[in-house]
Amino acid sequence: MWLTRPFSERSTRLFLSVLLAALALVTLLNLAVPAGHPLHVSTYAVTLLGKYLSYALLAVAVDLVWGYLGILSLGHGAFFALGGYAMGMYLMRQIGDRGTYGDPVLPDFMVFLDWDSLPWYWLGFDMPGFAFLMVLLAPGLLALVFGFLAFRSRVTGVYLSIITQAMTFALMLAFFRNEMGFGGNNGLTDFRELLGFDLRSDGTRLGLFLATGIALALGYVLCRAIVASKLGRVSVACRDAEARTRFLGYRVERFQLFVFVVSAMLAGVAGALYVPQVGIINPGEFSPIFSIEVVLWVALGGRATLYGAVIGALLVNYAKTVFTGVMPDAWLFALGGMFVLVTVFLPRGIAGLLSLRPWRRASHTATTQPTTGESTA
Amino acid sequence: MNILKSLANRERVFDFLVPAHSPVDVRHGPILYLEDVNVSFDGFKAINDLNLTIDDGELRCIIGPNGAGKTTMMDIITGKTRPGIGSVWFGSRHDLLTLNEPEIASLGIGRKFQKPTVFEALTVFENLELAMAADKRVLPTLIARLTGEGRDRIEEVLATIGLVELRYATAGTLSHGQKQWLEIGMLLMQRPRLLLVDEPVAGMTEQEMERTAELLTGLAGKGKQSVVVVEHDMGFVRSIARTVTVLHQGSVLAEGSMDTVSNDPKVIEVYLGAEEEAA
Repeated sequence: MWLTRPFSERSTRLFLSVLLAALALVTLLNLAVPAGHPLHVSTYAVTLLGKYLSYALLAVAVDLVWGYLGILSLGHGAFFALGGYAMGMYLMRQIGDRGTYGDPVLPDFMVFLDWDSLPWYWLGFDMPGFAFLMVLLAPGLLALVFGFLAFRSRVTGVYLSIITQAMTFALMLAFFRNEMGFGGNNGLTDFRELLGFDLRSDGTRLGLFLATGIALALGYVLCRAIVASKLGRVSVACRDAEARTRFLGYRVERFQLFVFVVSAMLAGVAGALYVPQVGIINPGEFSPIFSIEVVLWVALGGRATLYGAVIGALLVNYAKTVFTGVMPDAWLFALGGMFVLVTVFLPRGIAGLLSLRPWRRASHTATTQPTTGESTA
Repeated sequence: MNILKSLANRERVFDFLVPAHSPVDVRHGPILYLEDVNVSFDGFKAINDLNLTIDDGELRCIIGPNGAGKTTMMDIITGKTRPGIGSVWFGSRHDLLTLNEPEIASLGIGRKFQKPTVFEALTVFENLELAMAADKRVLPTLIARLTGEGRDRIEEVLATIGLVELRYATAGTLSHGQKQWLEIGMLLMQRPRLLLVDEPVAGMTEQEMERTAELLTGLAGKGKQSVVVVEHDMGFVRSIARTVTVLHQGSVLAEGSMDTVSNDPKVIEVYLGAEEEAA
C-alpha cells in the first residue's frame, strides 16, 4: 500500500516521533503545570504554536510542488486563504443571531451593506460537512483550472512563478471589494464557535492546536508517500528534465496538475486550521508578499526534504514573533539577512546542516542502498 | 467534399479499425518509411523532398554536414516537428504524422539525445525503472509497485549496458560515457522497435567508443531493434555501419556501404572533402 510506505522510512518515523512528542509536551505543560510556574505554556502560546504549525503545513505543501516537482509557486497563499475563507464562512454562519445586528441568517457585514438575502455561494456553509469539503474543493478547483491552463500550454519556470503571483494578487483585489460578499477589507471575524465548541475557551484552543499538529503529521505522511512512490520519482524527473520525461511517455502536464492540486488542497487545510486560531481572515492573506515569504521558509529550511520546510516555517515565524516584538522595523532586514546567510553558507538549508553531521552521514550512506531497493519494491 | 474524398481513399485505415497500441506491422519489410518530406523554417528548407526507408532489424548510420537536416529528421520521426508536406509511416500501419510525442514513444520509437539527459538526482536503477514500459497514467503510477518481472528486466538491461555495479549510484555522479550508456539502457527499457541515437560517441574516450560500438551492433537485429545512428565521427561510423545514408541540404545525397559512399564524388565534395579541408 503506497500510503503506508513512509512508515518504513527512518526519517519519517523520526519526524513523527518528534512532532507527536512536542504536541504531548505542550499539552502537558499547558494543562498539568500551574499558571505562574516558569515551565507553564500559556494558552496564548499554545495558539501561537498552533498558528506556526498551520504555517508549517503550508510550507510542506509548497515544498511538495517546489522541491519535488520544480514548480516555484509564488501563489500558494491564495490556496491557503481560500481554505481559510471557506472555514471563515462556516464560522460566520455559526454566529447566527448573536451578531451586532442580530440577523439570524445574514452576517453583520451584509446587514451593514443593506443586503437582504444571502448570496448563492454562501448557501450550505452553515453545514460543517459542506464547509469542510469546500476547504478542500475551493483551492483544489482553483488549482485544477489554473494548473490545467498553465501546464497544458507548458508554462514553466519564471513565467509560471509570475503568473501565480498575478493570480494571488488578482484574488486579493477581488476579495477587497465589498461587492464580492466576503466582507471586503475587514474580512471575516468575530467568530464564536466551531462545531459547538467555544472558540475563546482554553480547551478549544488546545484542541485546535492538537488538530493542527495532527493535520501536519498526516499531511507530511501523505507528501512522503507521494514522494516515495513512483509518481514521486516521475515528479523529480519532470523537475530535472521535463522534455526527457515526456519522451519516456509520461504526460508531464498531468503529473504536474495532480501534484499541484494535492498541494493546493493541503494549503487549503492549513488555511482552514489557521483561521479559527487567529480569529480573522482578510484579503491580506492573498498578498503576494505572503506567498513569497512562504517560499523563503522552505528555502531556509531546506528544499526537497519536507521536514526542512517544517523547520523553516517554525524557525522563521518564531523569529518573526520575537523580532517584531523587540524591533518591529528591523524584521524585514533580519529576514533578508537570514536568507542571504543561508543561501551563501547553507545552500541546502538548515536540513542540509542536519545531514552534514558526521555520525548521521555515515549511517545515512549505509542505509541508502537497502532503502532504495525497498522503496522501489 | 473532403470527407467523400477521404472515404474513397482505399489506402486509408480507419481509426476505429486500428486497435489502440496495435503492434507494428513490418511484414512488408520497412519499419520506418519517410516519403517526400518537406520542412521549412521561415523559408529555409531544412528538409527537402526527403525519402528514407529503414528495414526491420537494420543498423543504419546517417551522416552529413552541419545543417543537413539530421536532427530535424529525428524531430519529425518523434513528432516534435510537423512536416509541411510528406508522409511518415512506422511499419505499414501507423501514420506518425497523426500521433503526438508520447503516443509515438509508446508505439516503440525511442530517441537518445545528443546531450545525455538522464535524471541526475535519481539512481541508475530508478532511471531505468521510470523508463520501463508500464501504465504511465498518473494514478497507476502513484500506486505502482515494481514486480519481480520488472526487476529482472532492469537487471537484464543493467547487464547489457554494463552498469550492474553502479545500480545504486546517483546518475549525476556517472562519467559522460556511462551516462550515454544509461540513456541507451533507458531506451531499451521501453522495449523499442526503433532506436534513434543522436551522436552517441561525442566526447567519449577511445575505450568508451569501442564499448558503445559493441553495444549498438549487439542491439540491432531481426526480432530485436532497428537502430538509426546519427554520427559525426567517421571512424566510429566505419566501425559499426552496414549501410550509410548521407544527408545534404535536407535530402539524401547517397546511400550504400561505407566504401561505396566514401568513394562517391558528390559525397567527397560536400562532406568528406569539406572535413578534410577543415582538418
